Amino acid sequence: MADNGDDQYRINEGDYVVLKRGDIFKAVQILPKKKVIFEKQWFFLDNAVGNLYSTTFEISSGGILQPQKQKETGNPSDLKEAGTDNRHIVDDGKSQKLTRDDIETLKEQGLKGQEIIQQLIENSSTFRDKTEYAQDKYIKKKKKKYENTVTILKPSCRILAMMYHGREPGKICHLRYDTLAQMLTLANIHAGSKVLVFETCAGLVLGSVMERMGGHGSVIQMYPGGGPVRAGVESFGFPAHFHDTLHEFPICHVNALLAGALDAAAKDPTADEKQFGLAAEEEQIPPEAEQQGSPEEQSMETNTEDDAGQDQEKIEKEKRREAKAQEKKVKLEEKQKKLAAAAALLEGRNADGLVIASRFHPCPVLMTLLRFLSPSRPFVVYSQYKEPLIECYTKLREVGGTVNLRLTDTWLRHYQVLPNRTHPVLLMSGGGGYLLSGTTIAADRSKPAAPQQSEEPAPKRQKLKDTEG
Amino acid sequence: MSFVEYSDCIQDGDVAIVYLNHNSVMPVKVQHGAQTQTRYGVIRHSSDLIGQRYGSKVTCSKGGWVYVLHPTPELWTVALPHRTQILYTTDIATITMMLELKPGSVVCESGTGSGSLSHAILRTIAPTGHLHTVEFHQQRAEKVQEEFTEHRVAHLVTVRNQDVCKDGFGVSGVADAVFLDIPSPWEAVGHARAAMKRQGGRLCSFSPCIEQVQRTCQALVDQGFEEISTLEVLLRVHDVRTVSLPLPDFGPDSRTETSPNHAAISLKTTTAPREMPGHTGYLTFATKPRT
Repeated sequence: MADNGDDQYRINEGDYVVLKRGDIFKAVQILPKKKVIFEKQWFFLDNAVGNLYSTTFEISSGGILQPQKQKETGNPSDLKEAGTDNRHIVDDGKSQKLTRDDIETLKEQGLKGQEIIQQLIENSSTFRDKTEYAQDKYIKKKKKKYENTVTILKPSCRILAMMYHGREPGKICHLRYDTLAQMLTLANIHAGSKVLVFETCAGLVLGSVMERMGGHGSVIQMYPGGGPVRAGVESFGFPAHFHDTLHEFPICHVNALLAGALDAAAKDPTADEKQFGLAAEEEQIPPEAEQQGSPEEQSMETNTEDDAGQDQEKIEKEKRREAKAQEKKVKLEEKQKKLAAAAALLEGRNADGLVIASRFHPCPVLMTLLRFLSPSRPFVVYSQYKEPLIECYTKLREVGGTVNLRLTDTWLRHYQVLPNRTHPVLLMSGGGGYLLSGTTIAADRSKPAAPQQSEEPAPKRQKLKDTEG
Repeated sequence: MSFVEYSDCIQDGDVAIVYLNHNSVMPVKVQHGAQTQTRYGVIRHSSDLIGQRYGSKVTCSKGGWVYVLHPTPELWTVALPHRTQILYTTDIATITMMLELKPGSVVCESGTGSGSLSHAILRTIAPTGHLHTVEFHQQRAEKVQEEFTEHRVAHLVTVRNQDVCKDGFGVSGVADAVFLDIPSPWEAVGHARAAMKRQGGRLCSFSPCIEQVQRTCQALVDQGFEEISTLEVLLRVHDVRTVSLPLPDFGPDSRTETSPNHAAISLKTTTAPREMPGHTGYLTFATKPRT
């Protein structure tokens, strides 16, 4: 088994992986003795360690995973008896001879999913009369319900984007995976460039950008509020050096940076306090997290000596607090350093790409962040709704500085391809959001941008073009 | 300039994209002393292009102006000289993500055609990946090789002039991903499998007709591919415009004194283009398991 060159394909402890069953995905980290619940089943991932990625495991009793020996292919029943139509099939609700209790008993006996399905088939009085296709469909349906296998995959942008869209579309502003694919391409994301990302998609968009850059170049995450959200980025399981290319900059300092007043802002005590609060929020200790965010908490912490020494419990509490405060101070300093580094990257205003996908109104975000881009660089803005992008489009045409503007969306249609049963999949996603994309151009030095400035060099058929302003 | 690396200024020997308007762009080989005719007049490379920043506005001899843009695979796709039917950005984007392409990926492609997808692949897999592309039409293979050199990506690609259905990709056990855009992809599925890494990889086949898809899917099943999935992505472009909806005249109203004469309400909306591409091709994806 242990061939050369396979090491990078093996599951290690601490790895971020994706569990898959059917079309359902779930991202988890491989931790010892960690109980994972997936698709109504619980199990431990310990046994997965050392196995190759894409291995399918069977879940045996006690939640222990065992690598599936051989992929069981074909139908569990090899009886090739089948009806031609359903004229004699009556739905009397009695075709299945096993009762629910019987099935439960089978499950408790530890029967494999495959075996339960076999039992169901044998006890179905109508199965033989069903057409070959209906039999197939029946087995597929039962497999989905009773098969207790799980496949462990290496995470990728494709898998995580599909996972988020399937499980938690609300967390990623309903950004469908084909739309994300368009964004990465339209923004020309590639190794070696300097890309700005503003997203509130749990880090999925950021992670996707990082994957496409492969640890070459730099990504600057502009974040709103307390701190950057990166749960999705973690799920990618990037090697450590990828994180060296990742920078962050709070959106609340952008105006200061553009005005050249950032240093003052950073030294400003209120800014510090803000930072302080943020550092605290990042600790993510649920019972205390709420308190720490509040200003009262901070004033309390600065006066810790006063109530120290009241009773043992309190002292220890204070000690922990102080240690934490110290930790926070270090974190704050680190944060300031990071802020300065990100600011330095931004100050050149020579970024190579801009990707926006957030729950905020995209118009002010776009208009502000575009100022950090070099000329002749692509940008792409995602919005779940079309109207704010119409506004962006109009505004951009008004102020100039961009060409190649396009407001688009994509339709995604899946197909079932089976002999004599090929057709579009019945259910398709209703909407995957909208994109506005374009390219920056150099500011016109000769004359200030007139409000009516057209991006076309005086075409005769201007009347037919979209209106502006 | 290179298709895989941005630079700020236009240099002799670059390929620049001249942007005339939103549905007209042209590629220009920048050369000292050369001239390019556009419908807005002539562009003189030595004075108008060389040394200028990408993204600059260039005023042509007739007083009209154009913008000179840095080449990207997406701009190249709309500017390139067609030698075959090409893949467009919408499909390319989907293919790139679903094949899990990233820096370092080794990719096999056939046919190369006009190189529209090839440039996008090269952009994504640079600086450490490699593209092995197979084109059975000799003239096309030579032409695309020439373009790769001009675009400074030749170090990332090997063009082979052979029949992929008969001779395969010319490599074995190296590819993370394979892309097929040929009339009979089912004949190349075995070769695709052989080209792929022992540890597995992803495959995509692009076919316009459903019968091709069916045969390909059968071949994929026979060759032990898994996770077979066929999909189609359609792009909708929305034209932004202000429309004005007149209000009808209901005649004099006893409750209000004034009767609006030319009342109309204008609003910003989008309209769909009168015609849009309804079908490009079906994309069939599959995973080759570890063998």
